[in-house]
Amino acid sequence: MFGFSKAQQFAFLTMLALIVICPFVLYPVFLMRVLCMAIFACAFNLMIGYVGLLSFGHAAFFGMGSYIAAWTMKFWHVDAAVAIVLGGATGAVLGLCLGYLAIRRSGIYFAMITLALAQMVYFFCVEAPFTGGEDGIQQVPRGQLFGIVPLNNDMAMYWLVAAVFLGSFLLIHRIIHSPFGQVLKAIRENEPRATSLGYRTDDYKLIAFVLSTTLAGVAGGTKALVFGIATLTDVHYSTSGEVVLTTLLGGLGTVFGPVMGAVLVTTMENYLAQFGQWVTVTQGAIFVICVLAFRRGVIGELGGALRLAL
Amino acid sequence: MSISRRTLLGTASAAAALPLVRARAQGTPTIKIGVLNDMSGPYMNTGGPTSIVCCKQALEDFGVSGKGLNIEVINADHQNKPDLAVSIARQWFDRDGVDMLLDVPTSSVALAVQSVVREKNKVYLNSGAASSDLTGKACSPNFIHWTYDTYMLAKSTGGAMVKAGGDSWYFLTADYAFGKQLQADTTSFVQAAGGKVAGSSAYPFPGTTDFSSFLVQAQASRAKVLGLCNAGADTVNSIKQAREFGINQTMKVAALLMFVTDVHALGLDVSQGLNLTESFYWDLNDRTRAFTNRVKPKTANNWPNMVHAGCYSATLHYLKTVADMGPAEAKKSGVDTVARMKRIPVEDDCFGKTTIREDGRNLTPAFLFEVKKPSESKGPWDYFKQVAMTPGDQAYRPLSEGHCEFIGKA
Repeated sequence: MFGFSKAQQFAFLTMLALIVICPFVLYPVFLMRVLCMAIFACAFNLMIGYVGLLSFGHAAFFGMGSYIAAWTMKFWHVDAAVAIVLGGATGAVLGLCLGYLAIRRSGIYFAMITLALAQMVYFFCVEAPFTGGEDGIQQVPRGQLFGIVPLNNDMAMYWLVAAVFLGSFLLIHRIIHSPFGQVLKAIRENEPRATSLGYRTDDYKLIAFVLSTTLAGVAGGTKALVFGIATLTDVHYSTSGEVVLTTLLGGLGTVFGPVMGAVLVTTMENYLAQFGQWVTVTQGAIFVICVLAFRRGVIGELGGALRLAL
Repeated sequence: MSISRRTLLGTASAAAALPLVRARAQGTPTIKIGVLNDMSGPYMNTGGPTSIVCCKQALEDFGVSGKGLNIEVINADHQNKPDLAVSIARQWFDRDGVDMLLDVPTSSVALAVQSVVREKNKVYLNSGAASSDLTGKACSPNFIHWTYDTYMLAKSTGGAMVKAGGDSWYFLTADYAFGKQLQADTTSFVQAAGGKVAGSSAYPFPGTTDFSSFLVQAQASRAKVLGLCNAGADTVNSIKQAREFGINQTMKVAALLMFVTDVHALGLDVSQGLNLTESFYWDLNDRTRAFTNRVKPKTANNWPNMVHAGCYSATLHYLKTVADMGPAEAKKSGVDTVARMKRIPVEDDCFGKTTIREDGRNLTPAFLFEVKKPSESKGPWDYFKQVAMTPGDQAYRPLSEGHCEFIGKA
């Protein structure tokens, strides 16, 4: 199925079962938060895990996606699906512009360029009138899906988010296991060799970057619909840092890693909130533990122990 | 040093299991109060743990157990992230049965939560956030803005300072919506009171830490007052640097959004001569001193400012209303509870007698203070002397200018 290995098929079915069962046990809004973060982390993982480029500016695409989706929902009253697609399109266009500049360098320089460009986007959002400055775009209606399904009900919204998540997840899986994905991995392993084999590596990197930012925009747009807000937090560099943390914790370069990471990070943020000032300390400590004890991330280590590629 | 993976895993899992031990208390009609504020970031001292202490003090002073009420207070850290705040608030209302949301500083967070409370028909008493939009174009019948807002700060600091002789102003403004709004509001009050604005500098926000060139411009303008239209760390930095340039020798410095807790953090040496507005100060009268003496032992290093006092006053008034309506009735509808709160006269130790206007604005008086010189300060936290007072009915934006959508319809 979808080119999964047997182990991956098992993991995928488990995940699918959890997605179906969880909303009846856990709080759906919390789960939607997890899923939005998971889409974002999977998109980010496409760059770091499979092209080997650490983008430190993914919040720009996530945030702009969420601003555009929120704005079109609120002022143009577009369909929920259209808003999410517009979020993705924003990510794509912005990714194309910024990626065109950024992919010319690799390693730390790539990270710094993406960070700098993302900071420019952040300052644009602080100043631009349509974003509402530090108040953000508030009270965004959830609207309707395809003009028939009202999304005010948390469960209806949940199924939409779950569908978007599964779509994005399978798309990324497909990309990674396509011939195109093979070339990406070749570039990650040895770029000069890929060039010598006749691949225009810059084009491949740019396409991968745009795919990744498109999905980041989709994640942002979906999140804006779920919470009815789009604010500066989404474009802030701490969000870029959070997605790095999420992906590292789950496991770089594994298909399921970012999803696991999103579950862990969001759960921490949510359930530790009652402990006040200990939230950030605990997050830091867990990050240190992860780097010391499981350098390949939770899923990476699990896969390593079972000798499976998850 | 090497740490084995097993030790780390063991410690981590033990730490993870801890929260599970916290038992969940359940009872028949329990009223739950959720304090949602910044427990770890820049507004930890202006709100944070002291807000919770003040909320619990209200429970104690009201005598909750003697009146047969069952009240529970829970809290969470919103980390100044609107999306996190929305998800916590939703969870509190849907799962934990929270009836009243308290404090909620940071305007973006306060505005984000507004629509959730309205959707779930609960009660929302905000003490920590500044935006006057909360009772303006984002107003809600489930909401009361308790302590202060940007309009009142601008009016008190801008208007009253001109009357006290500071009739020419220079603004140092953070270049974003909040700063610009504050500058525009203050300008209109300065001009209305007969003062003039000599000039202004807008600096990039966030990220500016060096204000020297703007301060030199301010000095060169020969204005009598330097108005700081910014907040938090920016205010603290600009005050420190203004002192280094000796600006406080030639000009009066007016911080438009600052609390006694910030003055405490800066120290009198740096902040002396500064003007600011609060609606509460612990040393105003016998009642405020009595309140502070009750709270002080529980929060010795952070005495209450107006946000904390607002949390106390709001909780106390909410409890009065709940006792009046009966807990079962109060749980049923947030709109009805808030409507009843507006009808019952408000009186407590912190603000004396106040009234709540129909748009949800609690009309507290606005005091303009000047920070004492170190030689004038006689004891711990003896920081302010009162310069002027604007009564509550004049301090806030008139009802007609707020454009609150439900006013006039009901």
